[in-house]
Amino acid sequence: MDEFDVVIVGAGPAGATAAYLCANAGLSVVVIERGQQPGSKNVSGGLIYAQIYDEIFPNFWKDAPVERTITGHSVVFLGDTAATALDYRAEASAPHYNAFSVLRAKFDPWLAAQAEAAGAMVMPGFTVDELIVENGRVCGVKAGGDELRAQVVVVAEGTRSQLLKQAGLREAYSPKDVSIGIKEIIQLPEQTITDRFQCLSADEGAAYTLVGHTGGVQGGGFIYSNRDTLSLGVVAKIDSVYKSKKQPHEILDEFKSHPFVARLIHGGEVVEYSAQTVHRGGFHLIPQLYGDGYVVAGSAARLLLNNVMTLRGMDVAVASAAAAAKAVIEASGKGDFSAAGLASYEEYFKATSVYKDMQTFKNVYPLLENDRLFSTYPDMVCAIMEDMFSVQLQPGKKGYRALRDRMKDHDVSLLNLAKDVYQIGRGVAL
Amino acid sequence: MTQGVLSLDNRLGLDKYEIDEQSHISIEHSRCANCGLKPCLTVCPAAVYVWVEDKVAIRYENCLECGTCTIACEGGGNGGITWHPPQGGFGIVFRYG
Repeated sequence: MDEFDVVIVGAGPAGATAAYLCANAGLSVVVIERGQQPGSKNVSGGLIYAQIYDEIFPNFWKDAPVERTITGHSVVFLGDTAATALDYRAEASAPHYNAFSVLRAKFDPWLAAQAEAAGAMVMPGFTVDELIVENGRVCGVKAGGDELRAQVVVVAEGTRSQLLKQAGLREAYSPKDVSIGIKEIIQLPEQTITDRFQCLSADEGAAYTLVGHTGGVQGGGFIYSNRDTLSLGVVAKIDSVYKSKKQPHEILDEFKSHPFVARLIHGGEVVEYSAQTVHRGGFHLIPQLYGDGYVVAGSAARLLLNNVMTLRGMDVAVASAAAAAKAVIEASGKGDFSAAGLASYEEYFKATSVYKDMQTFKNVYPLLENDRLFSTYPDMVCAIMEDMFSVQLQPGKKGYRALRDRMKDHDVSLLNLAKDVYQIGRGVAL
Repeated sequence: MTQGVLSLDNRLGLDKYEIDEQSHISIEHSRCANCGLKPCLTVCPAAVYVWVEDKVAIRYENCLECGTCTIACEGGGNGGITWHPPQGGFGIVFRYG
């Protein structure tokens, strides 16, 4: 006799959303969370894109502990000591406000509370040790020495998901396909942040994506403004980190020492140090999302969307969990939790805008392998800007001449530049 | 308050942990002995893995539970690390996240 209709592993955005939707549909749901409370094991860069949240939890920002509405987005190329920014500013848009900064230890408990209010049981403080698999079918979990049986298990345990691997239901991850995110929370007065990030009020914030100056590793940095803290971090491919022989905190220090970054964090006090693996995600790496007696959602399914300008994980998680929940609810109606009974998950996920965006930006991924993008171009762009803005004793140059000279300095051939521009165009622009 | 460059130990000292008496990480030393690259010694953001007296020692109580070591060890090392999440409620407790 099954104890529950649905057992969910992990109370992050994917787990909480699946729990909320399944409980609303009248299923009996238990969510097992290994942290002392939801969110206490979770780390993200810290932006949520609001659309899908608003669809499932209408007007969520009125109650949810979000930090600031993001009204400024910048992509900044960091040269050795200079920086060149592409800076976009807008007035706070109408609801749903596009994006918010959040802190997971505050935000996730709110999401879990929504699931609880809908009737799901959330059990924090229990680690799931393994999936129970009988005759090739997942039929529950073992946690804290007990067995918990269910019709279907929703695996939403986050990026370091091991349950499926233990059960032989997924391959090992490659260090080429996974990055490490190293993060600090830096405290500053609320007004200082509002001023420094050029916001009109403490309700508004800005997000910076930074390319370059990450110690020669393939990756980038981010700085997001929260209410009275900043979320700062570097995301770098794991294999490029160990090949660099630099320790992650040294890469972070190098990033923080850049004048552009140093100005934004000046006077701030680090109050937390954290790290998290980040899947490369991408259209080509979307795995099998379901099997007999289980579905996988969110980061546990390696779902992530990177278009160089933005890195989306928490809304992708919610979109996949909503699609999974729809399939689970249908499977319950049919009384069929086999792989065939759960297969509609894939159809529903393919119909989401998240999936279509993953498809749109599928050619971004070769860009993330291109060393010149991380190590050469940011500095070259800054050098060209220096040529254009500086007045010196020797005569100035026009743009094209400056470009050719700086290409020579940076050892970039015309052919390489043409190939890279094509790659960037194919990935992001055209 | 302004801080200069923080040492790794000072950084880890900022974090809240609920330390279990038992390690959630174990090492198969014979595998590590045959591992050329030893990516775990570089890649861990909390320097949980250190080289002491010709073998890999574990400072599990510093673990940030990011999972980087398992991926680096599986794909770039020799699979000597067995990492299991700490018992429920134990380990790192993020207050911001």
